[in-house]
Amino acid sequence: MELVSKRFADTAVVFPQGRIDHATAEQFKGALVSHLATCATGGGRLVIDMTGVEYISSVGLRVLMLASKQAKAQGCTLAVCGLQPVVREIFDISRFNLVLSVFPTLREALAALSGEALAAFGAA
Amino acid sequence: MLVRFWGTRGSIPVAMTSAEVKRKLVTALVAAAERGLDTPGKARAFVEWELDFSVSHTFGGNSSCVQIETGGADYVLCDLGSGARVLGNNVLATGGPSGHRFHVFMSHLHWDHIMGFPFFMPAYLPGNHVRIYGCHDRLEEAFRRQNAAPSFPVDFSRMGAQIEFIRLEPERDYDIAGLRVRAKRQHHGGDSYGYRLEHDGKVVVYSTDSEHKQDDPEEVKAFVEFFREADLVIFDAQYSLADAISVKEDWGHSSNVVGVEMCQLARAQRLCLYHHEPIFDDERIAALLAETRRLEEITRGDHRVEVQAAYDGLEITL
Repeated sequence: MELVSKRFADTAVVFPQGRIDHATAEQFKGALVSHLATCATGGGRLVIDMTGVEYISSVGLRVLMLASKQAKAQGCTLAVCGLQPVVREIFDISRFNLVLSVFPTLREALAALSGEALAAFGAA
Repeated sequence: MLVRFWGTRGSIPVAMTSAEVKRKLVTALVAAAERGLDTPGKARAFVEWELDFSVSHTFGGNSSCVQIETGGADYVLCDLGSGARVLGNNVLATGGPSGHRFHVFMSHLHWDHIMGFPFFMPAYLPGNHVRIYGCHDRLEEAFRRQNAAPSFPVDFSRMGAQIEFIRLEPERDYDIAGLRVRAKRQHHGGDSYGYRLEHDGKVVVYSTDSEHKQDDPEEVKAFVEFFREADLVIFDAQYSLADAISVKEDWGHSSNVVGVEMCQLARAQRLCLYHHEPIFDDERIAALLAETRRLEEITRGDHRVEVQAAYDGLEITL
């Protein structure tokens, strides 16, 4: 799984697509590695924009949990945004809405994480 | 095949509090206002059909014990948690004091899964026969120890029934009491074992105290095969997924989310949420069941899995 990414000032944003399940979770995990590394070295922020994700299974959620733990250990802030209705419900039922920072939109995620990033997003 | 649940609570038995009883009564009385329930029959029908389950019933508080009836004379059980006390009393009340034979498949030897045995009256009566099967090498020791002083006043040696302990090997088929039985090792402190029990074309999987870490695709595949096309999967859903893979990682339990996914992958017919979290009241478990049904619905492909939550007294006919 290749992750399209963008950078807004001190915040990197990645855009996974499709289904994150038993078949694709390992690829998703692998694709996040470099972004997490960059996030650590930059002391920065990483947003996973899930707008293009139509389904996420427990294995995919586990990848998000591991990423969140790693980010925290590195002093990096990780947030998730743009959940489709089905994915939103999966987050609620699995209680991931309580353990990850989840925002309705990318704009709102950036607003919460970094004023500079929000400004860069607005200018883009 | 009939599956009867005598104990469904995880970790430790719980009792409904008077505050919970009062809350249920208030809810029921308000719902019944101006309904003209002036006969026991009308009131009973109202309770049975119109009140929410979490108001009219309780999921109950005994720890793990499930009975599987195949039509044979022998009793087949999974685990001997506190629910076994109620089962034992029921057997004596309906079938007399002796002449009973029990086959028990033990998931593991943690206290909540064996604590019913010192109160299992048929074990004290000569003329009964209890065969306890398990994969742990300290199977017999665990049972003898909990009956010993200073933990219990009646020593194991004073149990009058014939009691046998039979070691099983996982991943091997056995024919016991008319069932084809296979055990599988599961992730839990000190290991636990799930059982796949087959009779006359029907399959029940008893899989409690089992953490699914999901970090090894081969292991996921092996569990899916263990659950394959089961008519009923009794599944440890004590935690939320978020808890199970974060603060409660390695605590040895699983979630409703993983239960749904495993049953979908295995094309099982029915998922029964089991080993309920002891801090959950009836409303919370009912809400968990509703959420789990919703999850099954929104993630369903071409195969529907029926979702239930176990309660003490539930009977499922397969």
